[in-house]
Amino acid sequence: MVATFAVGGSTANDIAGGTQLGGHDPNQRGFTVQGAELNLQGGVDPYFRGNANIAYLLGDSGETGVELEEAWLETVALPGNLQIRAGQYLTDFGRINTQHPHSWGFVDAPIVSGRLLGEDGLRNPGVRLSWLAPTPFYSELFFGMQNSQGGTAYSFRDNHDNEAFLGRLNDERGVKAFSDMLFSTRYAASFDLSETQTLLGGLSALFGPNSSGGDTDTQVYGTDVYWKWKSPRAHGGFPFVSWQTEAMFRRYVAGASTSVDLNADSIPDFVPRETISDWGMYTQILWGFRPGWVAGLRGDFVTGQQAAYERLYGADLSRAQRWRFSPNLTWYPSEFSKIRLQYNYDDREAIGVDHSVWLQFEFLLGAHAAHKF
Amino acid sequence: MKKFLFVMINLLLAFGAQAKLNIVVTTPDLASIAKAVGGEQVEITTLARPTEDPHFVDAKPSFVVKLNKADALIEGGAELEAGWLPPLLAGARNPKIQSGQPGRIQCNEGVHMLEVPSQLTRAEGDIHPLGNPHYVVDPVNARIIAEHLVVAFAKLEPGAAETFRTNGKLFTDELDAKLTEWSAKLAPFKGAKLVSYHKSWPYFAERFGLELDLFLEPKPGIPPSPAHLAAVIAKMKEQHAKVIIVDPYLNRKTAETVARSTGAVVLDVSQFPGGVKGTEGGYVALVDYLVNSLAKALANKN
Repeated sequence: MVATFAVGGSTANDIAGGTQLGGHDPNQRGFTVQGAELNLQGGVDPYFRGNANIAYLLGDSGETGVELEEAWLETVALPGNLQIRAGQYLTDFGRINTQHPHSWGFVDAPIVSGRLLGEDGLRNPGVRLSWLAPTPFYSELFFGMQNSQGGTAYSFRDNHDNEAFLGRLNDERGVKAFSDMLFSTRYAASFDLSETQTLLGGLSALFGPNSSGGDTDTQVYGTDVYWKWKSPRAHGGFPFVSWQTEAMFRRYVAGASTSVDLNADSIPDFVPRETISDWGMYTQILWGFRPGWVAGLRGDFVTGQQAAYERLYGADLSRAQRWRFSPNLTWYPSEFSKIRLQYNYDDREAIGVDHSVWLQFEFLLGAHAAHKF
Repeated sequence: MKKFLFVMINLLLAFGAQAKLNIVVTTPDLASIAKAVGGEQVEITTLARPTEDPHFVDAKPSFVVKLNKADALIEGGAELEAGWLPPLLAGARNPKIQSGQPGRIQCNEGVHMLEVPSQLTRAEGDIHPLGNPHYVVDPVNARIIAEHLVVAFAKLEPGAAETFRTNGKLFTDELDAKLTEWSAKLAPFKGAKLVSYHKSWPYFAERFGLELDLFLEPKPGIPPSPAHLAAVIAKMKEQHAKVIIVDPYLNRKTAETVARSTGAVVLDVSQFPGGVKGTEGGYVALVDYLVNSLAKALANKN
């Protein structure tokens, strides 16, 4: 069980969903319970291994929520270097999407993942096939098929709580055909550049329908790179330097609609069928300069090409260009607890500059599950 | 046709004789014992490097590939590798090295583990439920491991069982002879006080009658605090402890500071062949180095 809390404040008046887009981000001035996450894993039987992540959340008005983040089983001995995973799982798209908040180097999620993959990240029930290619270096291919509806499929058939999304209301249509599923694919490769340096990179893509019209679909493409240096005499994993960068591009084909009043004249406005393009990236460097201490710096950037509905009725602030810079400092008293101080300098087009400071603290009860690279 | 078959069969036999067992070993100490037993019949790949902290090795993707191609995996079995081995095994999708298979070799089988906690609480630091996992540095345990590997390798490659037995016997005979020599060298220092940084040397200390109950870390895995170091310094003066042993990945500066205030010496040691200069030769070379340098340091300080 990992429990994560934050305390702090911001000059912004729209913290939850405004400056902070991630569902596990600090969401208000004062204290936030970022989550208490229960992780269970182990062998199911000689054929399968299982994993479950259940997050307990406390909303800003004190109500408790439970989220089934992941619950899947995976084959252990399939021939041909193949592996099948089935259940509820985080889609293999880029790097940050499959990481739980406990493994993040920062207090909050990158803006681009909040904007293109949604506050919860992309996860849904489905099945995934992966193949470890017989190359001398690490090289793995992933193919996934998942449900495309719900709040955890943000850029797909999410009805967005019946609120306007990209200038349209989304209907909740059921699955009509095989093509209504969400398909994901990823290729990852890794090289040891030297005894102390490792590089891991990937290309990912998502294909699925969205519910903004009759025959509408979304594609998201991403590329990610992770580099790490660790001292040949590392103690407790220190000292190290790591660099992680991810870029995402979304092509959203939106249907024609007359469902939303966009210019506030109480009359629903017509928007034509169009293709809406957004992209963004983040880059972050972490420096573990002495045992237990890590200094970090992250830069975020997101932007969107002006859409037809914006030309007609004014800019959509949720797609506006935005920069963010986040220096932070983390202290790990042991591998089972951490304290992190972070400052966010946020510059949103048409809204302006905001400053936020968050102090995060986390503790771990029970076994500390091993981290993936 | 007959001739062709004959050539093919010969080729196959030649190929079969050439094929070595591809063995992945988690740490360099176990790797050197595996090399001694396996000899020419095995190809050894070691994951952790001798100078790094074996608790915190990165689960590099290249290790997944190594494990994927392995005929066998040799591990400590006492959770020393718990922080990095599980995700590698999950990614490796190699049925041969799954738990319970002959290709999954856990070296602590038959080893008497020290410091098995009666109560599991992390208020005591990062303790291991199966006992202190740094057991290989006791030569008697190395003997148990070698005998275990002879049996395990024979199961994997029955054709070479005799070779493994011969290699194993050579190694254990050398250990037996060396153990007498090592014990004699350290006998004059029976009961001598040692100080170590991490609690990774109880097996060695117990084997050679050295006393080791002062640690620079207040609790396993917890970094030294000034107050704790002050207490250690006071106890070292009181007990006349004159030698501080430090593994290559630990903070030598902390040990040097303590040594300055107590008139002690800092001695570089390693649990792994290759971790300090002069130990590259393997397990016996490592213990040779440990015994000789300790005897020298203790003699100079008495």
